[in-house]
Formats: sequence, C-alpha cells, structure tokens
Amino acid sequence: MLGLEGTGVALAYIFTILATLLCIVYGWVNWNKGDEHEKKEVKEEIKWEKKDSKLTK
Amino acid sequence: MEISLLMIITVVIYLLATAIFGYIGYKQTANSSDFLVAGRKQHPMIMALSYGATFISTSAIVGFGGAAASMGMGMLWLTFLNIFVGIFIAFVYFGKRTRKMGHSLDAHTFPELMGRRYESRFIQGASGLLIFIFMPLYAGAVMIGGAVFLQQVFGINYEVALLFFAAITAVYVVFGGMKGVMYTDAFQGAIMFIGMAILLVFTYVKLGGVITAHEKLTALAPMVPAGMAKAGHQGWTSMPKFASPMWMSLVTTLVMGVGLGVLAQPQLSVRFMTVKSNKELNRAVIIGGIFILMMTGVAFTVGALSNVYFVEKYKMISLDVTKTDPAVLKAMDEGTYIPPKEEQTAPAKTVPVTAVKAAEATAPAAAKPPERKAVPDNIIPIYIAKAMPEWFTALFMVTLLAAAMSTLSSQFHTMGTALSRDFYEKGLEIKSKNTLLLNKLGTSIGIIFAVVVAWLLPKALEGGSNIIAIGTSLFFGLCATAFIPMYIGALYSKTVTKTAAIASFLIGSLTSLFWMTFFHTKESAALKICKFIFNKDTLAANPVIATLDPIVVALPVSFIVIVVVSLMTKKTEEKHLKKCFEGIEKLAAKTAKGGK
Repeated sequence: MLGLEGTGVALAYIFTILATLLCIVYGWVNWNKGDEHEKKEVKEEIKWEKKDSKLTK
Repeated sequence: MEISLLMIITVVIYLLATAIFGYIGYKQTANSSDFLVAGRKQHPMIMALSYGATFISTSAIVGFGGAAASMGMGMLWLTFLNIFVGIFIAFVYFGKRTRKMGHSLDAHTFPELMGRRYESRFIQGASGLLIFIFMPLYAGAVMIGGAVFLQQVFGINYEVALLFFAAITAVYVVFGGMKGVMYTDAFQGAIMFIGMAILLVFTYVKLGGVITAHEKLTALAPMVPAGMAKAGHQGWTSMPKFASPMWMSLVTTLVMGVGLGVLAQPQLSVRFMTVKSNKELNRAVIIGGIFILMMTGVAFTVGALSNVYFVEKYKMISLDVTKTDPAVLKAMDEGTYIPPKEEQTAPAKTVPVTAVKAAEATAPAAAKPPERKAVPDNIIPIYIAKAMPEWFTALFMVTLLAAAMSTLSSQFHTMGTALSRDFYEKGLEIKSKNTLLLNKLGTSIGIIFAVVVAWLLPKALEGGSNIIAIGTSLFFGLCATAFIPMYIGALYSKTVTKTAAIASFLIGSLTSLFWMTFFHTKESAALKICKFIFNKDTLAANPVIATLDPIVVALPVSFIVIVVVSLMTKKTEEKHLKKCFEGIEKLAAKTAKGGK
C-alpha cells in the first residue's frame, strides 16, 4: 500500500494524515464555539490584575 | 560544514527579527500575569505555533529524523501520537479543562495548578523543584545542539557559542516573559514550517513522486546491515520484528515514551492558560495539527527516504554515509574518487552491502583506516547539504536554530517560574513584595544553572552525541510518570485525593529514576551509577528488559498508586471541588449533547 511494504508502516502513514484531518475538521466545526465563559472570566481578570499591579508597584 | 556568506547573512537577519519580537513582548509585559501566562489573551495562531515550536526541538528534527533514517518509517507512529495525543487529546481533553480550572483557581504555572487543585503546598513546591533540577538536562541538551550550530556557522569556540546562544535567548525571556517567548516562538515556528514544507516537496520530487519514492525505499530492504537485521530490522518500510530489541526501542522509548510523555510537559501545559476562551483552543487545534505533521512527519519521512538518495548517489545507505570521510564524499560528488583496488574488483552489483562495507570486507586488516562510527544525528544535515540547493541549506540551518531557540526559551521560562513562583514563594512560603521582579530573578538563576549544566554535561558524560537524546528522554519520561496520573486526576476525577496525588508523584518519579539508573541501558550506561556500584551497565538480565523504557514500567505503577491511595484516604471537600470544576461540568454536558 502506498509503495510501503509493511502494513504497520502503511497504517502509520495513513493514521498520521487522518489525525491531521481530525484536527482540521474539529477546529473547523468548533471555530466559533467555546467562548461562553468569557464575560465572567474577564471580570475576574480585571480584579486579579488590579491586585497584581498593586503588588508589582 | 561549509559556511557561506549567505548563511551568515540569513542567521544575522533571523537574530535581528527575533530581537524585535522579544522587544515587543518586553514592552507589553507590565505584571506577573503578563510574565507568566501572557496576560491570558493570546491569539490562537500565536498559541498554536508557540506550542508546536516549543514541542519540536532541533533533536526532534535532526536526532529523531536520523533515527528514522536508521530504523525506517515505522517512526511515523510517533508522528501519529504527536498529532493525535500531543495536539488533539492535549488541546481538546486536557487543554480546555486546564484553561478553565487554571482560571478558576488563578493558577499561573503548571505546578501552581496542581498545588491549588489538590490544596497542597508540597505538590507545588516539589513539582517546581523537580522541574528546576531536571529540566536543565533537557535544556542543556537543546543548548548543546544550538551552540554547536553557532560554533560551526561563525567559527567560534564551543564555550563562546554556548554563552552567545544562551545570552540571546535569555534576554528576551527575562525581559519579555511569556509574551516575549510566545511572539518569538510564533515567528520561529513560521520559519520552521516553511523550511520543512520545502524539504518535503523537494525530496518527493527528487525521488520521483510519493509512491515511487516509497517503492524505491522498499526495494532497499536487502541492504539492511546484518547487525541491524539481527536486532529486528526488516527494511525501511516495515516495522521491526515484534518484541525484538529494535522494536522495543522504537515502540516503547521513541513512540510511547515521547508520544505519551508530551501530555504532562509543564512548559506546554502552561500554554493552555494563555488564551482567553476555549474558542481559541478549538481554532488552535487546526494549526497545531498541521504544524506537527509538517515537523515530525516530514523529518521522519525525509529521514527514511534519505537512504534512497544516498544509495542512488553513493551506493550506500544513510548510516554508512556518516561513516565515510567527508573528503571521500566530496571526491565522489566531483567524480574524482578512485576506490581502493579491492573495492574495484568486488562484484558490487551482486553483493547487497554498501561500498564501504565491501571495502572493509576485502581490505587487509593492516591496511584498513580506523573505523569511523556511524552518527545518525549527522544524516539529516548531510542530506540537506548534498541533496538541497545552497539557499535552502541556509534556510534549513536557520530552521534548526529557530527550533532550538523556541524550545529553549520556554524551558528557561518554565525553570525560572518553577524556582521563583512555585518553589520559593509557595514551597518555602517566602512572601515577596514584587512578584514580577522575583520571577525575572528566578528565570535568570534558572538560565545560569542550565548554562552551567550545558557546559559541564559534555565534559561529565562520554559520547557527546548521546547527550541530546538522553537529556530529552530523561525529562520526558520523568514528567510523564510524575505528573500524568496526577494531572488526569486533577482534571477529570473528584475522588483522587491530595495524599494519593503526592504518593503518585513521589513513587512515579522515584520508580522512573530508579529504572533509568539501574535498568534502561540507554540512560544507566551514561549515568555510570550502576557501573560504579555493581560494575556493569545494567542490572537487566535480558536485552528486552534493558530496552524497556522507564515510562512503560513507572507510569502503570504511578497510576496504580493514585487509584489505591485515593480509595484509602480522606476525600476532598465538596466546596473546594465545586470551585475547581466551576464551568467545566456544564461544558462537558454541552459537549456530550453536541452543543458548545
């Protein structure tokens, strides 16, 4: 298969490409998902940054 | 290596660009959060490239590419794990929870996340100390590679090259913090991507296309040296014989050891905390997957295919090319090489051995030149120099420098924060008025320590070329066994207790160190402790045990310990668990339903 003698190596070649495709498809499908906590986290961060800036000064 | 003006100019331009990106990071670093987790607002492209460039060091390209040239394309299983485990599983199943939990607990480093999750000052302090002590071995390995490169390009001595290399990287890590590291990483990652993409296309085109190149490599199977065939080698497009020493080395050490070890690398995990939401991680999966394919996928494929090129050009396999005097190769390139008399009479076409082997077999012992050792690390550089155009050699050399610097900068950063924030501030409970300054100071101490290690390592251990591989695998193996069970428990289980996490951390790391010191010959022979006590390189009675990677032994032990001790010890308070898993369970439920 693919000019490769052993099935073990041919599978590694194919799985490597499939794994990359999985990453591409996953990222594509979920491109705009996953920012539901953002607003709350930004508020928390502003609080932490104020505290941190005081410590740094 | 012949150094051209083009190469020097390319390196100088690259270094200037790196300095500019480091300076931008410095200008944007105002507080600890910026210094430690890049303000938690990084672009997915920068995050993914930084993760990938940190992940892939020069040894992954040159060292492991050379390993693929000797062991064959079975190494692609490591690329599969690099992408599937190192990117997909890491980002989707570890990254999202790490980011959210890191945010909920206001954690800024990997040990801090573990320490806060398990409410243990010991875990944070001891993890920081473990990283600070052992990471210099890995950083030293990367630094040696970079310093040797600069030594060759600028014709300076090793010590000066080492200091120069460490100093450039140190400046932007100490001043630019995580932002400086990530911006330069992304720039270096882009160079690496371009370099490797060109290498792949050139190689396949040169060898007649994808399938033809593979078929030519398959046809070389009869040229496998007898010693390697005995160890299990069955040709470059076949896996080694099951359970043979070569199979053990390929599957347990290279594929599993490095492929799984990546999950608990503190310098990589901390990057999940540098983006503001899971959306960035979703997007980064695409870039990360393609980037790693172009790094190790290309290095292993081209490494194995270099055999075809060298057999067509010199009638010898890649390993034998590294044994051949460069002057002989040059003479062969120019067509002025006159083989010794014995070699001329040897029936080259009917004897399936290399030209060098043929000469060795027939030359009288007294007249034989001293045997040169095969150096797999030299295969990729020789292939680049011989098979690629000169302009590409310059680009590829910068690619390697970028790979070394991007890994090193993150190592410096992680070591420094492990010392200052995790060990000093938390472990020893010493409060500091200016945490940003303390982090910069910790990073500086970490860098000095790593430079000393890189300077002493080649002097302390014999066989310099092995140091890079040993330093890398030792740190990967140790992190895997010390951190993976505790990390999975932290992100996915409410029943894993603080005592269990501590027990797993201690027993996992000690088992791993014990196996490396007394059984796994690759490390035990170099460390020499086994030799000193028992007067032999390994206590393993048979070669299969001696080649069994520490991760295969210590990781199951570490997992068993965490499960058993969790069942026997006091559960974590519900209130704390609620805080840790805030936002995570809702997300998991939505994911299961196919929503966000």
